[in-house]
Amino acid sequence: MKLVKNAAGRFVPTEVNGEIQIPFMGVDKYKPTGAKAKPQIRTCIDYPSDGNKVVKDLKTALKKAGLKDGMTISTHHHLRNGDAVTNMLFDAVKEMGIKNIRWFPSASFPVHSHLIKYLEDGTIHHIEGSMNGPLGKFTTEGKMKGVGVLRSHGGRYQSMQDGEVRVDIAVILAPTADPFGNATGDRGKSACGLIGFALGDSEYADRVIIVTDNLVPFPCVPWQIQGGNVDFVVEVESLGDPKKIVSGTTEVTKSPDRLLIAEYVADFIEAAGIMKDGFSLQAGAGGTNLAFVLFLKEKMKAKGVKARFMRGGSTKYLVEMLEEGLTDYILDGQTFDLEGVRSMRENANHVNTSPFTSYNFHGKGNFASIVDTAVLGATEVDVKFNANVVTHSDGYLLHGIGGWQNCLYSKCTILAIPSFRDRIPVIVDDVTTICGPGELIDVIITERGIAINPKRKDLLTAVKGSGLPIKDIKQIKKEVDEICGGAPAKPKVNKEKVVAIVKWVDGTVLDSVFQVEN
Amino acid sequence: MKKILKSSAGKRGESVRSDCYFEIELKNSGGIKIDLKSKVDVMYGESIKQMILDMSKFFGLKDAKILLEDNGALPFILAARFELAVKRLFPNLKKEYLLPFHEKNLYSTKKDQLRRSRLYLPGNEPKFFVNAGLHSPDGIILDLEDSVAPSEKDAAQLLVRNSLRSVDFYGAERMVRINQLPKGLDDLKFIVPNNVNVILVPKCESAEQIHQLEKEVEKLKRQHKVENPIYFMPIIESALGVIKAYEIASASKNNCALAIGLEDYTADIGTQRTNEGRESIFARQMLVNAAKAAGIQAIDTVFSDVADMEALRQSVLEAKSLGFEGKGCIHPRQIKVVHEAFAPTTEEIEKAKKIVQAFEEAEKKGLGVVSLGSKMIDPPVVKRAQNIMHLAKLNHLI
Repeated sequence: MKLVKNAAGRFVPTEVNGEIQIPFMGVDKYKPTGAKAKPQIRTCIDYPSDGNKVVKDLKTALKKAGLKDGMTISTHHHLRNGDAVTNMLFDAVKEMGIKNIRWFPSASFPVHSHLIKYLEDGTIHHIEGSMNGPLGKFTTEGKMKGVGVLRSHGGRYQSMQDGEVRVDIAVILAPTADPFGNATGDRGKSACGLIGFALGDSEYADRVIIVTDNLVPFPCVPWQIQGGNVDFVVEVESLGDPKKIVSGTTEVTKSPDRLLIAEYVADFIEAAGIMKDGFSLQAGAGGTNLAFVLFLKEKMKAKGVKARFMRGGSTKYLVEMLEEGLTDYILDGQTFDLEGVRSMRENANHVNTSPFTSYNFHGKGNFASIVDTAVLGATEVDVKFNANVVTHSDGYLLHGIGGWQNCLYSKCTILAIPSFRDRIPVIVDDVTTICGPGELIDVIITERGIAINPKRKDLLTAVKGSGLPIKDIKQIKKEVDEICGGAPAKPKVNKEKVVAIVKWVDGTVLDSVFQVEN
Repeated sequence: MKKILKSSAGKRGESVRSDCYFEIELKNSGGIKIDLKSKVDVMYGESIKQMILDMSKFFGLKDAKILLEDNGALPFILAARFELAVKRLFPNLKKEYLLPFHEKNLYSTKKDQLRRSRLYLPGNEPKFFVNAGLHSPDGIILDLEDSVAPSEKDAAQLLVRNSLRSVDFYGAERMVRINQLPKGLDDLKFIVPNNVNVILVPKCESAEQIHQLEKEVEKLKRQHKVENPIYFMPIIESALGVIKAYEIASASKNNCALAIGLEDYTADIGTQRTNEGRESIFARQMLVNAAKAAGIQAIDTVFSDVADMEALRQSVLEAKSLGFEGKGCIHPRQIKVVHEAFAPTTEEIEKAKKIVQAFEEAEKKGLGVVSLGSKMIDPPVVKRAQNIMHLAKLNHLI
């Protein structure tokens, strides 16, 4: 495997799984030209005129869709760890004796460790999506046949639009659908909120299969996925475990240190002048993220400030802000709890979005750069503000990228992170894997102080005299090293063997994950 | 006596975080064999092994099988746990493995230091030590007494010693609550040489106890050439203690404050704690009066409902109105509320500002007497006004 040094100073392969790769050239430096990918022409006369596309079972649908060795099958993670169908899907693929599938999920969860046996026996060739938990361990130890590819939610859309990934069969799990294929995620016993992650696949995949456990007579309204893009509909008993699809309640952290971080985040957003009438923010569902929203809410109430929109990961806390009139809209990318699902169903101002509107590199603009501030996490950040979200400091793949890379384009990107976890420094000299270039990361907020990217002189000026503990990132790193007993040793990896690559939002290769030596 | 061949120290199990467990088994040959199971093996495995080897050499351990189950314990925790495992094998071992002093830990404090909040940290829960100072309490209390199980007193002594030397508490006054006297006298050698600022004396009932303590502390200070002041904060927790409050408060020039502990006190007088606190009103007023008569601070008990911040605020306001200057905290989130509630009101600040101004003008003019309008102002009033202005500044009110 030939490796070259890219613009981030990382060594990346020029060819992966038989396809030519373009090394990262710098933020906003790569603009592919030419036409977008072309899905096959279809005609309505080839589909049942009564609109009934229901077939007996998943295997029948796969057969009718023409499943063959080496094809690409896509799935989506809106059912999170409650997803029972993706495992069933690959059971069917295995029974059909099909080999070397490229699995293209929007994310994987621990429940999918069931698929390790299919990675071992060659049913699945490799994963392009995220490799978490046991799948991450399997990949990092070099056991996967092909090389893993990690993309952001936006990057996933980009890869389908510019032809980097051609999806042969998209399997879309729909909590409610009609026989024509119109589908929604906001209702039904397996309701998850929205299913926008599947939108791109429904438009670009060669064949589209809807799987539902709540088949309603035509029309299924709203139609988050349009039946006009769907080939087959399969009804199953259950899509999975509702308790693991969305949590009943999302919990704010109780850790005093995380609460301190959250308080600093809210204080910073106020002191920097971001919190003003008509502002916008993006918040996730991590414990610290939920907490900062609550602190910010008190400040907004005290000052009579109202936001124009908030982007989720929606939770009951964002819903409360919508219902109490503290924001005009929730633009939801992913719904995390039952209150979020209810609100999306009932409130016209709780709007479902997709990676196309929010994050897509080939869109004519996207929402991410419109947002005033995005508060995110990371596993590691280095003194140049580069950040990592996919690997642990021991070199193992841990998380997917999600929308994280895309959100870095907000006007003020804040990483709210502890400076170390147990004995593992989060602020380091060099991140194990670079997922976000430091030039897009503006502020690091830890329990030991707030570091502002020196590029953001405006922010440094804005918070002067605020009493916030502003520190040089190197100072925070020094404190952390003192506490942890020196800088951490790097994992021993095989520099010849790339097990996965991390794509930037434009489709270029930002970094490589190497096989960990045991 | 049968020789002990195997010992253990620390915490093990699924739920353990930022801590560790050691087992040492003495052998007749084979040198030091380390079985390391660490969550941070990749990042710190080598340095952990080196530390165990260095410490084994220091303690003269030559042939032993050492098991370490490490869930991300920081170096000062690892060192304390290992030293304890060694000392449980050799109870008469006098040598101490002392970590270098953190340069930021060499400060001393003043007798009239601001002591609005003091955060209790259980002595055998070292994972809470490292970030405690970040929540800006006026003081942290490393507790060797009630929060430590009797079987782990030895563990807490070493952890507290190590943390006094190497954990940065970000300027908080470093307090240790020793065990009830006379047992607590054994705790002193772990803290006096390591720059403790205040010693809290639980269940104090006589001046004699303070004299005993003072004698022992002075001895250790001389022995270890300690020059920084070490203050005492007796805690009154019984009916007898309340009656003897003034005698205790004035027992030593090193007393900086008198604190009250109401859990034990209410049990002692045969009643229960209520939110209104009627049952303890006599004790609290007695304590405030005794402290002020002796010229030291009066410090209120802890507030134990960590979820109810509004009730905490009310409790602090009431304590302030009785003359208390500080409150005990058992959760870091309580600190900010306590500071806010002890902060002076707008009226207090306005009045204090005028008094301080009058004082400064009188000083400029070289007048011996300060007056505001037609009223003479006594020095204690000026001092109080200055304190209020200081508090106002700390709370960003001026």
